[in-house]
Amino acid sequence: MSTIVETHEDHGHHGPAKGLTRWLFTTNHKDIGTLYLWFSFLMLFIGGAMAMVVRAELFEPGLQIIQPEFFNQMTTNHGLIMVFGVIMPAFVGLANWMIPMQIGAPDMALPRLNNLSFWLLPMAFTILLSTLFMEPGGPNFGWTFYAPLSTTYAPDTVTFFIFSIHIMGASSILGSINIITTILNMRAPGLTLMKMPLFCWSWLITAYLLIAVMPVLAGTVTMMLMDIHFGTSFFNAAGGGDPILFQHIFWFFGHPEVYIMILPAFGIVSHVISTFSRKPIFGYSSMVYALTSIAILSFVVWAHHMFTVGMPLAGELFFMYSTMLIAIPTGVKVFNWVATMFKGSISFETPMLFAIAFVALFTIGGFSGLMLTIVPADFQYHDTYFVVAHFHYVLVPGSLFGIFAGVYYWIPKWTGNMYDETLGKLHFWLSFISVNLTFFPMHFVGLAGMPRRYPDYALQFADFNAMASVGAFIFGFSQLLLLFIVIKSIRTGKKASSEVWEDAKGRGLEWTLESPPPYHSFTIQPEVK
Amino acid sequence: MKLASTLTRKFHYIFLCIFSGQVFSEASKYNMPHGVTEVSESIFELHMLIMWVCVGIGVVVFGIMFWSLWKYRKSSGAVAAKFDDHFGLEISWTILVAVILVLIAIPSTIVLIQTYDDTEGDINIMVTGYQWKWQYKYLEDDISFFSNLATSQEEIDNQLAKGEYYLREVDEPLVIPINKRIRFLITGNDVIHSWWVPDFAVKQDAVPGFINTAWTNVPEPGIYRGACTELCGLGHAFMPIVVRAVEQEEYDSWVAEKIAFAEQERLLNYKVWTREELVQRGEGVYAKNCIACHQTNGQGLPPVFPALDGSNIVMNDKTRNIEILMEGVRGAAMQSFANQLSEVDIASVITYTRRSWGNNKNGDGEIVEPKEIVDYKNRVEL
Amino acid sequence: MSSHQQPYYVPKSSKLPFAMAVTMLTLIIGASTTLKPELGPFGENSYLVLLTGFLMMWTTMFFWFSQVIKENNEGLNNLMLNNSYYYGMAWFIFSEVMFFFAFFFALAYIRNFAVPWLGGEGEKGISNILWPGFEAHWPLMVTPDQAAFPGPEEEMSFGTAYGHGGLAGVLGWIPLYNTICLLSSSVTVHIAHLGLKNGNRLQFNLFLAITLILGYSFVVLQAIEYSEAYTQMGLTLKSGAYGTTFFMLTGFHGFHVCLGAIILTIMLIRGLRGHFSHDDQFGFEAGSWYWHFVDVVWICLVAFVYVM
Ligand code: HEA
Ligand code: HEA
Ligand code: HEC
Ligand code: CUA
Ligand SMILES: [Cu+2]
Repeated sequence: MSTIVETHEDHGHHGPAKGLTRWLFTTNHKDIGTLYLWFSFLMLFIGGAMAMVVRAELFEPGLQIIQPEFFNQMTTNHGLIMVFGVIMPAFVGLANWMIPMQIGAPDMALPRLNNLSFWLLPMAFTILLSTLFMEPGGPNFGWTFYAPLSTTYAPDTVTFFIFSIHIMGASSILGSINIITTILNMRAPGLTLMKMPLFCWSWLITAYLLIAVMPVLAGTVTMMLMDIHFGTSFFNAAGGGDPILFQHIFWFFGHPEVYIMILPAFGIVSHVISTFSRKPIFGYSSMVYALTSIAILSFVVWAHHMFTVGMPLAGELFFMYSTMLIAIPTGVKVFNWVATMFKGSISFETPMLFAIAFVALFTIGGFSGLMLTIVPADFQYHDTYFVVAHFHYVLVPGSLFGIFAGVYYWIPKWTGNMYDETLGKLHFWLSFISVNLTFFPMHFVGLAGMPRRYPDYALQFADFNAMASVGAFIFGFSQLLLLFIVIKSIRTGKKASSEVWEDAKGRGLEWTLESPPPYHSFTIQPEVK
Repeated sequence: MKLASTLTRKFHYIFLCIFSGQVFSEASKYNMPHGVTEVSESIFELHMLIMWVCVGIGVVVFGIMFWSLWKYRKSSGAVAAKFDDHFGLEISWTILVAVILVLIAIPSTIVLIQTYDDTEGDINIMVTGYQWKWQYKYLEDDISFFSNLATSQEEIDNQLAKGEYYLREVDEPLVIPINKRIRFLITGNDVIHSWWVPDFAVKQDAVPGFINTAWTNVPEPGIYRGACTELCGLGHAFMPIVVRAVEQEEYDSWVAEKIAFAEQERLLNYKVWTREELVQRGEGVYAKNCIACHQTNGQGLPPVFPALDGSNIVMNDKTRNIEILMEGVRGAAMQSFANQLSEVDIASVITYTRRSWGNNKNGDGEIVEPKEIVDYKNRVEL
Repeated sequence: MSSHQQPYYVPKSSKLPFAMAVTMLTLIIGASTTLKPELGPFGENSYLVLLTGFLMMWTTMFFWFSQVIKENNEGLNNLMLNNSYYYGMAWFIFSEVMFFFAFFFALAYIRNFAVPWLGGEGEKGISNILWPGFEAHWPLMVTPDQAAFPGPEEEMSFGTAYGHGGLAGVLGWIPLYNTICLLSSSVTVHIAHLGLKNGNRLQFNLFLAITLILGYSFVVLQAIEYSEAYTQMGLTLKSGAYGTTFFMLTGFHGFHVCLGAIILTIMLIRGLRGHFSHDDQFGFEAGSWYWHFVDVVWICLVAFVYVM
């Protein structure tokens, strides 16, 4: 049996340090998880506010409140912040909180590195956001920053952007190394890989993806840096390079990146559905295989973002077929969730509502993904709002709802207090209705021909755009409710038992700890049979 | 109040559309257009096919899910079963999905191969994307011109009522004959653009330094509108495409006219121009080519686009001014206009900028004759 | 289950990681403003910020590693924690592999697609219309736009070395000696490792020292190669796609050799001070893994950059 010591001089049970230094210098997985989650929440408001600016401008045709240059900065930073500042940190925060508790470990494997991974993020985003206030303006070349718009034709602040991407990458790589090490090395005796909770599985796979592709992103921005400042010609035909090379390398990172933003949500949703259907998850091992296949396939589908760049026919066909294959493992997951609900005993607490919405709406996003991968059809869809509709369906009611489900599911465990169920349900219904109001009409404007990244548009798109804007404002304000619910649950609320949810004890080690759990999760590693 | 009434009007309209089934009907302007070519029609059918497959799968999956949620709700006393896998079931749905995918892949492949036919066209047109306009060069006929947005800045800024073709009209459309195989050689001059005409189902990126090809064969005369679909900077939304497909005879006379006009323009270089003539002509050239960046009032959009009003170069440094127009500024959006504008146009636009706003008063106010541009060209070529 | 007998050591809160994050902030502010002085408040002195950043980095790392070593010497690390370190290092090296992958990918793409297309070959050969007269060759001596990117006068490949002087040419070819240095150093570092395992300290220290001599010779040779390229061959970062890929790949590799050499130097100092034992040698092993990794990258470089 293993116990844990903090250091030789202060043994045993003691809480966290007091004051600000607790957060700056902490090595505790829960503190760091909390930091990640709050950081992500803050970023959701910043990135969301940018989306509001975008939606306000697009409410009607004509230029109303902002100029095209600033519009481009808003969409770009909205995308970057949502991807790197909201979804990813939120998942890492959940991983920090839950993985040690789910595998019966005292903490993460490399606690000091863990602190570094977090604190790199605020640094990177400080730099990124500060460029918005500099003279030539912040990044305005889309979150995909295609060369040469992002090299030869970029505002000078692109240099800051490049280095901040490096730092974000470093943060993700260090974080993933930590997660992999924790999962592989620190499991409680008896907890074999194939007994491990699906959230840990999904993060193990995600962490592999991150370690594999973040360095490639670092390589991409390094090439940009060299092209801009040192006269190389990676992305310049005049010297024998190719702007399309940029896209290949970017999407070699970018596509696995979108699965990085969904796999942990798959894990969360599996737990939630199983708990509230009061049934074990259906097809546990096929869930694991599906996760693995999605991850492996994700490395060979990248060019489906580039069907119109003029790839040779063989390339188009290869990337179309390989992308279509992803529907198989993803379908397996969807069917397994439905089969878990089938013949269950289902109750509808807030986490479950978000999980159900996740299954339905993520699948709709998946369907439009499948449509996008049909190359000839993509000639019409590409770079229109149809794509915007697709990825918001998988990202907002997908990843973001997955995170919401996880937060509601585990927050009683974290704080020891139940959240306010009535408000939770209200938050759900407001979000659910408005998210559809926002993003469903985008399918129509896209099909009818409205290109994305347009600050102004032709008259026939006006109606659906107005509708989407109204939806977006409602959705945005609904998130203030979430903030309120979270704060309320931290401060007051019905005390939560250690199980929190009915019969949860058998569903994972985290439910054997009291709520809130002790500062060092498992000072004695439990034996799993 | 205005907001509220706009909203009511819009929603009224939208719900009408949805409930009359118009949204889903194939002819709706809320669906992908059929287009006019064979390829666009097959793509439309492909799109409807996959959409219905997805809808079908959705109905089944969501049907089972919502039915289970209802049937097995705890509040009705449902007791959870214990099973947690079923090998046969898992294998069959995996195979089922695979089969559906193969069935979709077959027509997709066929249509794709159809679009990838890369033989020479009857007419070959080089399409070049610029920040933020299109250039069309007819490779057989020595015709070349630019196509700019024709919507006025006042409409964009909501100072004038928006016309029917707001943001979808250009000063000079691309003209093609019907029932001919037209091949486009698409490239970019500065950043990547993308040339899209939905009715032809042609969308190809215009990549600087490389040429992509696409083709079409339009059976019906008409005006077809498209857009730039790759983020290319702040004018991305303002470089539409208009294609006028006409009968062969009309096309032929258009070509003849174009060639005659070009010849006439060339002759203008040898004439000596007065200041007024230059300024007058320059105003038009400026409006067409420069205001996107330097603005009508010559103030530009600092810091990215400098003001020409009060610029030292424009006021006092004629040589450098010519050089900038001819060579562009490396690494900045200021491109070379040497191949975009005729000598006369360059001379007149420079003269115009030197004599407009406060520049006439504060600067040397010198004019530039077309001959000077011709001389510059000859000098550089040596 | 020996790993479970001893408690897992969770360090108490530490100032080091936060200091490191601030260091990184300083570094990127320094780097960006050095490249773009007009955007920062420091003007022409921005490089001083960068220098401060580097100083902070070395200091923080020094304290961090000292701390870890100290904890280890105090016996706080159990086997499980050591395992964590091994896992950590292994996956860190994997991430480095992927970083190099990006650059090898760029090389492969430029050679096999971009340049031939620009030269009129293959599916997008029509692009050649834009570059009249340009022909595809690798190494790329004449770029599509010679005015903007003047191609090199000479290049570094094995083929050319052999072509010019046969065997003699090859013997005067610097990468040959680079290869010999690195390959043999991989062997010597392994011998050093064996020495450590068998408790033979002399063998350990001696062979580690030889490894370092070989490693530093590599760095010197590469410096000579670079200066020849810049001064005599017209081969620079600016000389088109060949110069670009050549310097970026060999440059990042060289940079990693330096890092590896610094790590091993520290290990040698620790070895001389009597650190490590036959079953506790993580620091050294991590360094030697890194060294082997650098060696493998070099082999790929020789194959793809110099020979093929
Ligand atoms: C969480 C993020 C996420 C996820 C999970 C996905 C999932 C998928 N995506 Fe998406 N995608 C994005 C985020 C994501 N995407 C983003 C951000 C972009 C835009 C980037 C940019 O340009 O800015 C994008 C763009 C994008 C494109 C490029 C479009 C274009 O620019 O022209 C394509 C094309 O193939 C695509 C395809 C797919 C496919 C096939 C899936 C599949 O994984 C979906 C699989 C799921 C299902 C199919 C549903 C469930 C399955 C069943 C119920 C089984 C039966 C189903 C059938 C047989 C149909 N995506
Ligand atoms: C990762 C996830 C993610 C998330 C969660 C979102 C969330 C939202 N996104 Fe976006 N989006 C992207 C990822 C994401 N997006 C990406 C990658 C792009 C592509 C960028 C590119 O083209 O380069 C994009 C692009 C994009 C566009 C297209 C821009 C264009 O092409 O021109 C639009 C347009 O409507 C949009 C809208 C929205 C809206 C309304 C939300 C809403 O869900 C946001 C809701 C949240 C809040 C509003 C914050 C909380 C609330 C408050 C702060 C309260 C008060 C505020 C007000 C009401 C003012 N997003
Ligand atoms: C796509 C945008 C764009 C268009 C169109 C454009 N310019 Fe410019 N122009 C610029 C930019 C950017 C600069 C600043 C270049 C620099 O010095 O970095 C510039 C600089 C100039 C300057 C030098 C001003 C100075 O004081 O440095 C002159 C003169 C000029 N442009 C004239 C013109 C004329 C005449 C036209 C039309 C025929 C035109 N430009 C069209 C973007 C544009
Ligand atoms: Cu040109 Cu967008
Ligand atoms: Cu993708």
